[in-house]
Amino acid sequence: MVDINLAVKDPASDGGPDETSIEQRETIGLSQGQIVRKRFFRHHGAVISIVVLAFVILLAYSSVGLHVWGLTTQGWWPWHWRETPPLVNRGIPTLNLIPGPGFGIGPHPFGQDVVGHDIFALVMRGAQQSLMIMVLVGSVGTMAGVVVGSLAGFYRGWTDSLLMRFTDVIITIPFIVIGAVIGRATGNLGAAILGLMLGLFAWMGLARLVRGEFLSLREREFVDAARVSGASDTRIIFKHILPNAVGVIIVSATLLMAGAILGETALSFLGFGVKSPDTSLGLIVAENQSAFATRPWLFWWPGLFIIVIALSVNFIGDGLRDAFDPRQKKMPSPRALARAAVRARERAAD
Amino acid sequence: MVPAPITRSSQIGWSPPLMASFVTRRLIAAVFVLLAATFLMYLLVAYSGDPLKELRESNAPNKLQLMESLTKRLNLDVPPFFRYFIWLGGIAQCFVGQCDFGVNVQGLPVAVLLQQAMGSTLQLVTSAQLIAIIVGLAVGITTALRQYSGYDYAITFASFLFFSLPIFWVAVLLKQYIAIGFNDWLADPNIGAAVLVVLSIVSGLVWMSVLGGTNRKRLTTLVVATVSTGALLTYFNLTAWFSTPSVGIVGLVLTALAAALGVTAISVGLKNKHALRGALVTAAVGIALYYPMTWYIFRYMTMPLFLLLAVLTVVVGGAIGHVLGGRDRWQSARTSAIVAVIVSAVIALDGHLLYWNDYVNSTRINGRPIATFGSATPNLGGNFWVQGLDTFTHLLLPTLAIILISFAGLTRYTRSSMLEVMNQDYIRTARAKGLTQRTVVVRHALRNALIPIATIIALDIGALIGGAVITEFVFGWSGMGQLFQKGLVAVDPNPVMAFFVVTGLLIVIFNLVADLLYASLDPRIRVS
Repeated sequence: MVDINLAVKDPASDGGPDETSIEQRETIGLSQGQIVRKRFFRHHGAVISIVVLAFVILLAYSSVGLHVWGLTTQGWWPWHWRETPPLVNRGIPTLNLIPGPGFGIGPHPFGQDVVGHDIFALVMRGAQQSLMIMVLVGSVGTMAGVVVGSLAGFYRGWTDSLLMRFTDVIITIPFIVIGAVIGRATGNLGAAILGLMLGLFAWMGLARLVRGEFLSLREREFVDAARVSGASDTRIIFKHILPNAVGVIIVSATLLMAGAILGETALSFLGFGVKSPDTSLGLIVAENQSAFATRPWLFWWPGLFIIVIALSVNFIGDGLRDAFDPRQKKMPSPRALARAAVRARERAAD
Repeated sequence: MVPAPITRSSQIGWSPPLMASFVTRRLIAAVFVLLAATFLMYLLVAYSGDPLKELRESNAPNKLQLMESLTKRLNLDVPPFFRYFIWLGGIAQCFVGQCDFGVNVQGLPVAVLLQQAMGSTLQLVTSAQLIAIIVGLAVGITTALRQYSGYDYAITFASFLFFSLPIFWVAVLLKQYIAIGFNDWLADPNIGAAVLVVLSIVSGLVWMSVLGGTNRKRLTTLVVATVSTGALLTYFNLTAWFSTPSVGIVGLVLTALAAALGVTAISVGLKNKHALRGALVTAAVGIALYYPMTWYIFRYMTMPLFLLLAVLTVVVGGAIGHVLGGRDRWQSARTSAIVAVIVSAVIALDGHLLYWNDYVNSTRINGRPIATFGSATPNLGGNFWVQGLDTFTHLLLPTLAIILISFAGLTRYTRSSMLEVMNQDYIRTARAKGLTQRTVVVRHALRNALIPIATIIALDIGALIGGAVITEFVFGWSGMGQLFQKGLVAVDPNPVMAFFVVTGLLIVIFNLVADLLYASLDPRIRVS
């Protein structure tokens, strides 16, 4: 371990801690990845969100099993989402978390709809499909955005003009509008195709950001250094510029995903997304909105899962932004500054 | 290889000819962007399904004939690639004042449908966005000023939550709880004792955390706000205010005085006696006009008269401020004009409330005022005020749904923009000069913080209209969103394209406005 007190001046000695020295003290001797990880794990909201999201994903995929492209696994949940077991207690949710008689999850914790479909199984299947579309839109959109943005930003000139005018054209169409048209055309082909197609129209914002990042990074000295030492364009893009733009890309990819899940559920709600007999969280809400007065649970559970997924992805995005972009990092609270000062003093005393 | 030198425009600031050429170039580019976008959209819609599917599957005896006539009407025998140009030819006639948006599947001219739809959508979107901007800015600024307080954390969490809310889900909840719940409650409008206490304490806590300050000041705020909210609600209960709501002369005097003091305090500071006098005189004029307006003018109110009075309000208010303004006339004119607008808004609110009972008890409404469907009660009749109430009750829920979503983004942007500015050196300089907190925040910080927000608001128009499609769908609002949604279901390109021409035009125009705003508000940005 390096003696870090040699490297930075002691904040306790000059009348109190200041922000930069704490920042330096915390990051000295760490790699970029370690710094980012450390900063990310300090964001409590983001850490909790990761745990929650992992739990939701695990629950959704283990309970009713995988059913993707002919690949089928058995889940631990007794009902299939298309099964219609007889109604238990008029379909009211059997979940009871109040200790006492009837405590436990019961046969249909989220209740049943009017024909007897188990809502838990339906919501789990809906969550699977919504999550898959979210990831597909996020990854396809990010990939397309990075390709367009980096080509435009790196080569400039007519490549840039052409790609950016094309971006201008697509960005003129609101996502929900182009999504509805795409969904109308491809919704029958299954959720995966829908996700891929939606992703092809979700890259514009990211492309503009990446282009801006490339335009400024390509003028930096380390790129010149690589160029004079004979590096090819591909090498410069992949080894020198992209790693430096990764923060912007990851953060906007996360926010893109949060937007994608809301977009997908809205499209399914309008009838332009995932179609019956398959299901998604938005479709469950749409199918049951008229039953709200009599069977509100048909409505609560899918909505709750949409919010939990979108909220946790948004929080993860916020945590990543804080981690990658220390410029926007919030000032440590007075209490944290005081604690850091105490730590520094202790270390100086050692 | 030598890196290309970074080119800089030698022009400092912007000159009118430069601006004109910039606008012209951007407008020409916008025309091409719109052409390409409509072409793409047209092809996508045309290939998204089969418009003849329904007829193909029908058992009508004259099926073939119907299919043939539809094919003829929509030019389905022409491939979409060329059909686009037929459609474009119709749009091009707008330049000679005769727009032709084609016909829909039923054979109705889309131009007529669009005209009806545009009015109601614009009404919905503008009212929602205006309120969202006012509330979002106010909350964003206060959270920035109270950074890392409980209030700030609560609002931050709330805006994250609102960000993640599916608007269609919120809309259904609003229907259930606000509309049906409120309408049920209105049958016997009385706030229960427990609810009253909780509401008072919540109000006290909110005021405390917004105003902040030392512990002593916080405690005072908490007590004062809690007690006054409780007193106000008890007064409402005792006088059966909720079944016969009105502002009355007492309410008007109080709000007018509060407006005069509040607006002066925020915009120029109470030390400016001239401006304060102007604001107070304006408030007094408003109060003096209350009875004459209510007794003589309100019953003859029409929309043109209302607009005329609104303009008069601003002019008279500004004039009073200008005359009494002392050295800094325009500043106090502005303050008085804002006060005049607030006071007359309260008088107009009272005018509406006068007819509240007539409205609620009319046969079409039947005691359930908050509407969950459509944009107006059919065959309602009634005068200006009753119609106004009807519009309001129909706007309430969809507006709330849109506000909840836009509010989240606006507060976040305002907060971060404000924080960024507040951490700059010139703010420290301003404080070091001994300027008051008000001057530093309102004059020095807010003006610069508003620059990026203005452009973000202009750029958000696309998302806003996208959100309106869903809101209109849930609330059965027959606007442009319905035109789009129904057209797309029927694979009917003309209504869908009509929707897209309007939204695309708005988006392109607002993009340009955002650029110009940025260039004109921020002298560091140059157009080139």
